[in-house]
Amino acid sequence: MCGIAGLIHRDGAAGIGQEMTAMLQALRHRGPDSTGFAIYGDASNGEYVLRFKVAEQEDLASGFKIHDEIKQRRAEVDSRLKSLGVDVTAAEDATEYAYRYRIKFAGDLKKLSDFIEDVEGAEILSIGNGLELIKDLGDATVVSNQYALGGFMGTHGIGHTRMATESDVDIRSAHPYWAYPYNDIAVVHNGQITNYWLMRRQLERQGQRFVSNCDSELLAVYTANNLEQGATLEESMKRSIEEIDGVFTYLVATEDSLGMAKDTMAAKPMVLFESDNLVVLASEEVAIRSIMPQEIDTWDPYDEEVRVWHR
Amino acid sequence: MAQVGTQDDASHEMGMHTEQLSGRTQQVFFNLDEEGGFAYPDSFEVDFNKRAELDVENMTPKEVNTGIRELMASGHGTIVLKNPGAKHSIAVGILNKLNLIIEGSLGYFGCGLCDGPNIRISGRVGWSCAENMMSGTLVIEKNAGSTFGAAIRGGDLVCKGSVGSRTGIDMKGGNIIVGGDTGAFSGFMMQRGRMIVCGNAGKNLGDSMYDGTIYIGGKIADLGVDAVPGELTDLDKQWLTRKLKMYELLPEKGVDHFTKIVAGKQLWNYDNLEPTEKKLIL
Repeated sequence: MCGIAGLIHRDGAAGIGQEMTAMLQALRHRGPDSTGFAIYGDASNGEYVLRFKVAEQEDLASGFKIHDEIKQRRAEVDSRLKSLGVDVTAAEDATEYAYRYRIKFAGDLKKLSDFIEDVEGAEILSIGNGLELIKDLGDATVVSNQYALGGFMGTHGIGHTRMATESDVDIRSAHPYWAYPYNDIAVVHNGQITNYWLMRRQLERQGQRFVSNCDSELLAVYTANNLEQGATLEESMKRSIEEIDGVFTYLVATEDSLGMAKDTMAAKPMVLFESDNLVVLASEEVAIRSIMPQEIDTWDPYDEEVRVWHR
Repeated sequence: MAQVGTQDDASHEMGMHTEQLSGRTQQVFFNLDEEGGFAYPDSFEVDFNKRAELDVENMTPKEVNTGIRELMASGHGTIVLKNPGAKHSIAVGILNKLNLIIEGSLGYFGCGLCDGPNIRISGRVGWSCAENMMSGTLVIEKNAGSTFGAAIRGGDLVCKGSVGSRTGIDMKGGNIIVGGDTGAFSGFMMQRGRMIVCGNAGKNLGDSMYDGTIYIGGKIADLGVDAVPGELTDLDKQWLTRKLKMYELLPEKGVDHFTKIVAGKQLWNYDNLEPTEKKLIL
């Protein structure tokens, strides 16, 4: 059991950092192992936001000379960015092992991603004009405070509270997943994919890369692969109902859209509130109520339902 | 105590049917010879004219349910819950006559395991509302989530809006009435009771139903295994009209357009003997 939530403001930016934190904290009982946010801020200045980490939180407790290694890994990443001609306009330490860079780069994002992830322990969490992907161990309040998300302003976002069942409790297995190497695309999922290995092998043969053994990562890679082949987000999500086995409800966010798909058995919950200016979805209504305490009309999307909203 | 009568067939003579229905419910609550046999031994004497309000905004589900019980213990027969905030497991296990008015929405497992209360909810309910309800009425003004009325055994469970998937799964009695649409697998493994859906029904309606009746006013995506159309008789129409009128859900065009779905009874096997048992008899 995991919890997922998402929202999109269609009338301009709002305090989505605080809203997503409140919603995910209300879903804490569905998964206290880790929490993740994919939130979309101002994309107007043409720069990319690069979120990456060079170690896991648990490495700090067990690694030998890990603090020195982290510094060396980050220096290596900085060196490689420079060698690719990346202009780092701002660099922030979100934690000792996770960073937020604003960069200017006109080259191939896949080449950039591969070169950075070649550094030991390095993993790119996201690259986007508006997307910022943050995930770590702990509940929503812990992660939000750790990464100072309370004041984040933006138009839309998705998030996840994870109860680890299929893979480890670490950042690598936490959601959301970035749809490597596409900027601004992220996925969260609640459920279990039963043809994971079959589809993973098919996608790997097509050149796609996986960083974890978490079945939910498949949805991000699958979405990226479909978009690479020219499908729209809605087409990709509709196709997933046919091609992906198991029980699932998942959300996808892009630079300007929020999508939702529910499997053929409708076995995983989703509650939806929709108005002209705001769409809010969550595994449980209690999450929606955490930001909308007034009486509202909500409903469950049905089996095989795919919806995409644009801001 | 209710007992299974002995039959003179071979399997009974060979001692293959030894079950004795000796459960607590059979033993205590349905003895017609005993005065008050239909009330629970620890139920409360309540006065419907004695009314109380409970603001549950800052209460845990356990505190809410304990609060309801304490109010019933002090004789309150009408209780109004305010600000439920879609909390889970609210108003569960009420085995008493009671008028309960919930102003707002409930989360998962609301009003489960109830036997007797009349409940009205002004908002929406989440998954598994009224699971295993045994008697009374529950009326929801807005929508409901999936597994609405799972395994209910009695009473009227009414949602004036639309409901999610697997409505009335494993229902064993009572009536589920839906003003709008219902999702896939509604009536899955239904055993007894009746379900009325004024709107459309999703795929696999009545899949593997053993018995019971489903009435659909709109379109049916498709029927599940062993669910078959039945004849809508005058008695059906009279009953539908009465029930829907009672909850202000009677369509303007009446009920003649409803489709009746029943069990084909081709999957029945729970009364069959196992192959080894058949060999013993032969």
